[in-house]
Amino acid sequence: MAEITEVPSPFCGIGTDDLIIQVDGVSLKVAENGCAVNSPAFEQAITDTRPRVDGKDVSLEAAVAKAAALLKNTNQPVIGGCATDVNGMRALLALADRSGAVVDNMNFTGARNNFLALQDSGWMNTTLAEVKNRCDLLLVVGVDLEGFSPRFFERYLWNKESMFMDDTAKREVIYLGKAPSGTASTSPDGQTALVFECANEDLPDVVAVLRALVKGNPIRVDSVGGIAVADLQAIADKLKAASYSVVTWAAGALAYSQAELTVQTLSEMVKEINDRNTRSSGLPLGGKEGDQTANQVCGWTTGYPARTRFSSGFPEYDPYLNDANFLLSNGEADALVWVQAFNVKAVPPVTALPTIVVGRSGMTFAKEPDVFIPVGTPGIDHVGHAYRMDNVVAIRLKKLRESGLPSTSDVLNAIEQAL
Amino acid sequence: MLIKLTGGAVYDPASGIDGAKQDIYIQDGRIVDKPTGDFQVDKEYDLKGKVVMSGAIDMHTHIGGGKGNIARTLLPEDHRADPVARTDITRSGCGHAMPSTFVTGYRYAEMGYTAGFEPAVLPINARQAHMEMADIPILDKGGYVLLGSDDYLLRMLTAKKDQKAINDYVAFTMQAAKAIGVKVVNPGGINAFKFNQRKLDLDEQNSHYGVTPREILKSLATAVKELGVTHPLHVHGCNLGVPGNMNTTLDTIQGIGGLPMHLTHIQFHSYGTEGDFKFSSGAAQIAEAVNKNKNITIDVGQILFGQTVTASGDNMRQHANHKHASPNKWVTMDIECDAGCGVVPFKYKDKNFVNALQWAIGLETFLLVDDPWRIFLTTDHPNGAPFTSYPHLIRLLMDRSFRNDVLSTIHPEAQKMTTLASIEREYSLQEIAIMTRAGAARLIGLQDRGGLSAGNWADITVYTDNADRQLMFEKPDYVFKDGELVVVDGKVVHTKWGTTHVVKPDFDASLEKDLQKYFDRFLTMKLGNFKISDDEITEDGRGSLTVHPLKGDVA
Repeated sequence: MAEITEVPSPFCGIGTDDLIIQVDGVSLKVAENGCAVNSPAFEQAITDTRPRVDGKDVSLEAAVAKAAALLKNTNQPVIGGCATDVNGMRALLALADRSGAVVDNMNFTGARNNFLALQDSGWMNTTLAEVKNRCDLLLVVGVDLEGFSPRFFERYLWNKESMFMDDTAKREVIYLGKAPSGTASTSPDGQTALVFECANEDLPDVVAVLRALVKGNPIRVDSVGGIAVADLQAIADKLKAASYSVVTWAAGALAYSQAELTVQTLSEMVKEINDRNTRSSGLPLGGKEGDQTANQVCGWTTGYPARTRFSSGFPEYDPYLNDANFLLSNGEADALVWVQAFNVKAVPPVTALPTIVVGRSGMTFAKEPDVFIPVGTPGIDHVGHAYRMDNVVAIRLKKLRESGLPSTSDVLNAIEQAL
Repeated sequence: MLIKLTGGAVYDPASGIDGAKQDIYIQDGRIVDKPTGDFQVDKEYDLKGKVVMSGAIDMHTHIGGGKGNIARTLLPEDHRADPVARTDITRSGCGHAMPSTFVTGYRYAEMGYTAGFEPAVLPINARQAHMEMADIPILDKGGYVLLGSDDYLLRMLTAKKDQKAINDYVAFTMQAAKAIGVKVVNPGGINAFKFNQRKLDLDEQNSHYGVTPREILKSLATAVKELGVTHPLHVHGCNLGVPGNMNTTLDTIQGIGGLPMHLTHIQFHSYGTEGDFKFSSGAAQIAEAVNKNKNITIDVGQILFGQTVTASGDNMRQHANHKHASPNKWVTMDIECDAGCGVVPFKYKDKNFVNALQWAIGLETFLLVDDPWRIFLTTDHPNGAPFTSYPHLIRLLMDRSFRNDVLSTIHPEAQKMTTLASIEREYSLQEIAIMTRAGAARLIGLQDRGGLSAGNWADITVYTDNADRQLMFEKPDYVFKDGELVVVDGKVVHTKWGTTHVVKPDFDASLEKDLQKYFDRFLTMKLGNFKISDDEITEDGRGSLTVHPLKGDVA
């Protein structure tokens, strides 16, 4: 049995890289610094090691040949999931370019809330080390942060030392919208977070009023979404008084129509705080299971985020029309390739169309796909790169065991070659 | 295979050849002497009437790294206007202001360029820079790692660590980030912005550290020199874009005390405050200072009219400039106690007084600096203009009547504020070859590149001589990369992968003990996971590393 230290995780989005993992053959155990997200993801057992065609075990070559044959005569294949490492995305985009496919990251509908705001007005954002050393006020909007990233507070807010604060325990945490599910946001000296709950669908109003208060605009009601305007005024005052406030949200948690306007309101509010003689930054949460990776690699390869089609011979981005589920359900697609190297539970949408799954070993299906090729997981079965939530830091993923499973890029490159 | 290029007019400043008719032989990717005895030429190109130069090298172009990808993501409408379709041998993508990686490689090659250097590699974002550059076909590449606003260096300066310790840290960072040079952007200013300082003059203290930009410049320039790194400290100075910043620039030149220093996109740092609009050209004074101080090299950062996007590490100045954003959307980021970035779309207009004068200031600078070995042709892609505008820029430099024709169309007040009309100089082909080839290779310290003598790698561009220099430089007849023919008549015919150029200066390994403590206490990554391994560049089977010697190395 071997023990591997300083293991980076592609699962939690916050780039934890202090895991200690025991390796016994092909079974893994997180010995230290695990969490509710990372430990099960690392410890997921390998089941299938052989590809299947029509439910029968075949060689990798046969599975690749069958996948290529299925794609060969398609007019509009869709490549969904897009949950893999940088090299996997490179291969995926090469295959999409060759086959004229639509590429759609499975978390894009959530991420779209950020992209639409970014592409309309932009933002002022920060990264985790700046939070760790500078943040004196954290405003968490519409998300249960510790449910999203169990170790966020331990690593980035209640860190023992920071370069620019004498006492990190003096940091203030405010929740707006959702309440925290646990006590991770309580400071080491027992100070609990301020919590102002409201219904998800009231968040646009609440956030709009908060922004107005930051700007000093008069508000003629006493409460909004069940939150007293006086409380929002207090939050606005704290934001303006803080030296380096950080406003965080998870695009996917803003699960209501036109939530991009909420992201935009928050982002414009952050800009406005920066015009009031202090600093403030946004911090969009994300980065799980390759979603930032998909958008980054698609970004430099095509110019667009990972909801882009190649059916005209060149990339075309449409954050609505290129939705894989939409294309599958309204009959525009004629084949599905599902790529998911991280999460056995993230199975493809059920469809009558020819389906090729390049998925993490351990995946089970309600309806057996035409082709299933089990692949290794980046950061477990092979080296690779994955982006953290802040989109700046690409972590170097390690190979922890010798499973013999091919990588996503091995498989997708082989299918592309076979075309 | 032996290739012979027969009878072209060769412009090879590295060997002092200025248009002489010469044959060039290529074997195994390199230029070789004419073989002796009996020999068989496998492939001959008749280059009579053609101009032969080595492949062009862009020594400052933003082609890799996070801010570029933010710029791409920010501007879908710009990409839509310039879609690039897939062919049998090339990948699809997009073009214009911030092209996709594959299109970047194709379009550079189609203009005769065979190498490009990313000037702002944040240590913490270096992986991304290299991964993007790994997806740029044909070109060789490399990066200058960004220091000067990172908290570790500022803590060292506050603690009055000795120069040796600074040198070790610089060398460590160059190795960890796989760099060939060191850049500083708004020295200390990116850091000061995080403490809510909105400007930082050369002698103004960082409010937390008490360190000034002048001290940062001196310690880094000294480190680069003492480590033997060929490329001098690459400096994006204080006060970018601020009227009157020419004085800061002149002071920066004087203050460096004779140390080698490269001042980048100097056009953006050459502004006076004269005239009705309190905005004037400082190009003459800057050029005079450059001419006088032989330790100084510059690139221009020419602006050209049209839509582009500015992407810079200088979030302090980019934040201040966001009110000029066109379209009105912009991004700034504070990054990892390391640096920052700012992305602001710009539309430079010839009928806008400031833009028009910026255009003239850049050209004045080109024409008033005497020594083409110390000035380089850049638009600071994409900040002044996309790199695809280089042929137009070359025509402006080589063709006075064309230049004056364009000058007569810009904002009339700007015409009155520039001496451009009276400057007679026209660049020669040899001077263009110096700026874009031999000089760039020498400045960066590239061994066996940028020249056409035997022993050099066969990066070669062949043009048809044409009085219209824009047409000539837009569409080379042939481009060879490492001896392989990659472009014919301005179109990619074959693709390959270039190498990544680096240097590996030594450092005292005991530094890592202190760095490890610092990483564990304050950063978000283990030191061991921060360092980029050679494998990360080479493991996909396409990339390679080329390590260049340091000054003082025994060959």
